[in-house]
Amino acid sequence: MTDMSNTTYDSIIIGGGHNGLVCAAYLAKAGKRVLVLEARGEIGGAANTMTFCDGRKVSPCAHYLNQLNSTVRRDLNLTSHGLKMAGSDISTIALNPEGDHLFLNDQGASGAGISANDAANYGRFMKLMQQYSTMLGFLVDLPPIDIFNPDWDDKVAALKLGWNVRFGLGAEKMSEFLRMVGMNIYDVLDDEFDNPTLKGALAFDAVLGTHTGPRSPGSVLTFLYRMVAGTDGAVELPEGGMGAVTSAMAKAAAGFGATIKTGARVASVIVENCVATGVVLDNGATYSATHIISNADPKTTVMDIVGPRHFEADFVKRVDNIRMRGNAAKLHIALKSLPRFTNLSAEQLRSRLLIAPTHDDVERAFNHAKYGEASANPMMEISIPSIDDETLCDEGHVLSAIVQYAPYTLKGGWTEAAKDNFRDACIDRIARYAPDIRDHIEAAELVTPADLEQRYGMRGGNWHHGELTLDQMLMLRPAPEASRYALPLDGLYLCGAGAHPGGGVMGAAGKNAAKTILSEGRS
Amino acid sequence: MKKYDVIVVGAGHNGLTNGAFLAKAGLDVLVIEKNDYIGGATVSRNLHKDWKYSNCSYVCSLFRPEIYRDLNLAKHGLQVVTYNGGFTLTEGGDYLGSYNDHERMRREIYRHSPVDVDAYDRFGTEMAKWCRFIRPMLLRTPPDPTSFKFRDLDELAFLAKKFGELGSKDLHDFMRFFTISVADYLDQFFTSDLVKAHKAGSGIIGTGLGPMSPGSAYVMLHHYMGDVDGSMGAWGFARGGMGSIATALCGAFQEYGGELRTGSGVDKILVTNGRVRGVVLENGDEIQADRVVSNLDAKRTFLQILDPKDAGEKVVKAAKRFKIRGSSGKLNIALNGVPEFPALPKGSRLIHGDFHIVDNMEAYERAYDDWKDGRFSKNPYIDALIPTLTDPTMAPEGKHFMSVFVQYCPPSVNGREWTDELVKEFGDNVIDHIAKYSPNFKDLIEHVEVRTPREIENEAGLTQGNIFHGELTLDQLMFNRPFPGYAQYRGPVNGMYMCGSSTHPGGGVMAAPGANAAREILMDMKLSTTVPEDASDD
Repeated sequence: MTDMSNTTYDSIIIGGGHNGLVCAAYLAKAGKRVLVLEARGEIGGAANTMTFCDGRKVSPCAHYLNQLNSTVRRDLNLTSHGLKMAGSDISTIALNPEGDHLFLNDQGASGAGISANDAANYGRFMKLMQQYSTMLGFLVDLPPIDIFNPDWDDKVAALKLGWNVRFGLGAEKMSEFLRMVGMNIYDVLDDEFDNPTLKGALAFDAVLGTHTGPRSPGSVLTFLYRMVAGTDGAVELPEGGMGAVTSAMAKAAAGFGATIKTGARVASVIVENCVATGVVLDNGATYSATHIISNADPKTTVMDIVGPRHFEADFVKRVDNIRMRGNAAKLHIALKSLPRFTNLSAEQLRSRLLIAPTHDDVERAFNHAKYGEASANPMMEISIPSIDDETLCDEGHVLSAIVQYAPYTLKGGWTEAAKDNFRDACIDRIARYAPDIRDHIEAAELVTPADLEQRYGMRGGNWHHGELTLDQMLMLRPAPEASRYALPLDGLYLCGAGAHPGGGVMGAAGKNAAKTILSEGRS
Repeated sequence: MKKYDVIVVGAGHNGLTNGAFLAKAGLDVLVIEKNDYIGGATVSRNLHKDWKYSNCSYVCSLFRPEIYRDLNLAKHGLQVVTYNGGFTLTEGGDYLGSYNDHERMRREIYRHSPVDVDAYDRFGTEMAKWCRFIRPMLLRTPPDPTSFKFRDLDELAFLAKKFGELGSKDLHDFMRFFTISVADYLDQFFTSDLVKAHKAGSGIIGTGLGPMSPGSAYVMLHHYMGDVDGSMGAWGFARGGMGSIATALCGAFQEYGGELRTGSGVDKILVTNGRVRGVVLENGDEIQADRVVSNLDAKRTFLQILDPKDAGEKVVKAAKRFKIRGSSGKLNIALNGVPEFPALPKGSRLIHGDFHIVDNMEAYERAYDDWKDGRFSKNPYIDALIPTLTDPTMAPEGKHFMSVFVQYCPPSVNGREWTDELVKEFGDNVIDHIAKYSPNFKDLIEHVEVRTPREIENEAGLTQGNIFHGELTLDQLMFNRPFPGYAQYRGPVNGMYMCGSSTHPGGGVMAAPGANAAREILMDMKLSTTVPEDASDD
């Protein structure tokens, strides 16, 4: 069809999300000829900046950067490609309906009538969590350890893990880790703290982006995950929204010689003699490569793009069983001017604002999600990025909130009426803390998990391309035969969040996939 | 004054098992029981005329066959009879029956959901796989993962080998099974909500989890891993009620020379210079012994009968945060006849098995939401049985005993203690609920005993009425049970041990904790063991 049709590449990456771009950059850096095919008109996938309401800009999915892999940031020189932070070390304020807010930052916890005991315990608890995350942190930068057919690197990694757990922590903390890792955060918080606002805030952080409530076993693990994969919980605000991160990644990839095509939707993968050899676009154009790398989630990759007939039935069943239930929606509000939050100064609105009054409230909000209902009292992580980032709008402000729970499988579906109802419920909720907010609103829109799926192709609207649970992590992510980025079809790979180490704007999966592919020839 | 080799505190089934194996090794053993009757929660009680109620535990399945054989319990009168049948009633007036005949079962599934017929076989195969995987671990002491002792390393190597044998695909299935919710697990097999509801009950019995809570699939296995007469997953009745198990264990114990003292509560474990000396009874009497074994749960053991000074700060803290929330209630009912269920075919033998009323997963989970908020479930899951249809010895001729297990029932209601009015309200709600499906049920009732966690705690001594002596979640299983560092049946003081269900492998009338603890005690005394190893023949 086009003049490019006959070009042969070493690698074709399906999808220009942040992991696809990182993977492309690493491969191109190693001298490979790389083609990135992005279905949408712009790169970035869900790590994007979109415009709404007369040109105001907002990040449509994640709005804070707290997990960006430091190796990726350094190797791709993202700063020199224009990545700037409008805010760093952003602190957290857990809002209290009575106006007695709780302030959480690296100095510790204050406000909300927190007792000296709780404040001390908070410091100790976060330090312990940081120790755990330091101990596990190196796993993020490696392919998952293959315990059944270990090569030399696996053995070294396994020994290091064992050493870190036993000697890094010591016997006592190791025992405590083995006890806590499978627990629910609700019970842990009850064991450690009395302050309801503190428990609410930590409970919400544990379940952000998941299909669990604080009382679900596994919520300690998801709490830990955010720290393991991140920079010990430090939160940054990228200037220009999340799209600025992927834009810097794209520049890095292009700088190394990768070709990036937008508006190029891959319809299927060409499989010849049980080997993936190329892709066909929906306009009929074909491209060939020795490595076909999918940045799409594993289910979409296997079931839709490649097709289950190219895989063994057992593998297809495992992929089909991957749980990826999306519950997080985004609320975007265009504001004429800043609203007043009860007992907060304008300066304090630069913080990450949490609406999660108690851990019981978070659990009750989750109750609805179990039955396919949107939470009557939704929980929120609110950012007003335009305070620190003038590039987002010429006048006024934008408010961006992650809202839970808004289940993908809403009974009756996400009709316009259902969206309007939930959007209004969310605004009501904010209005309890910022009573005059309605006077400031110019426009508001809700992005549901169904919208996220439709726009960015993340199945089920799950931000992580697969829930982060013990059975969907490490060498089991996304399935035992596919955890080392190569799928059980020669020439086909995964580089997205559905592979180890998982979701979040991290880039580690893309980097690890590239390194694995580059090391193939050598082993 | 006489000094015993070992005193066992509490004559529950684990205490008696522990005592029996120790006495069998030739030790001088005294078992002390607070109640006037033995058995703890493994009892048959004569609370109304000539009826015998299995008023706590009500079926026998988990009891380790090796222990049954080794202690010669058949000779001491224990006979376990499997039962057939069982059904789940639907709101629409239909039912899903359980049949032992495989073809009949397939036809029954087909009647409700043709696509689930083969899934039913796959489900059974996979459950059997996990039963086989876990059973060899029941009669073993968990290793301490932080230890470098040969024994612990050896045991860790045994576990590593077991996992290694699984291979990557089975490991994936295993991790999935042991961490996901029973609802998600069943979703992988079945499409019909009724079929799922029929199977889901065992995932929540006795736990503070809902069917949609991760970790509940394991709880289902905990109820499946037993066997009766070599038939895996089968449930049975102890002839004469659950008390027959305690009676038989006590028979074996006494035959080996053990001594029993009932009606004597233990007040404290005596400790001097970091070493156990005996116990003090509630009446002030002191009894000397070199070793004391507690069959009480971890909370009662470490926060009541052991002095906090002797237990030490760390153990007290661990005991305080031990999770032991009660979640179950029970109704024991004397009936003048067999209740009719119009939904069932006339003369159906399904009534010989256990029946349930919740017919969809959402209703199950909503029952759990009630419990989380401190209410008893308005629309509870019930596991009801009429053992007298199989074992007529438990009621006068023509009359029947019905055991109704109820999930969920909180340890306190909206943060307040149970009152007699609330207990009645709870019982009436259950009876009304059953009566909706059985029009003559209420007319047949002659006597009802209602048991909420309050009654279970006060009589059987299970803290907060938790039937498992502690919740069965990952943080309280294997080497974490009851808490890290104390999973090998030894307490924080020399000569002190634990043998109850707060220890590995946990709750249910299994007798494995009692046996495992006896093995550890004999090992410390450098005596050869009398405790059998796993003898699974598959």
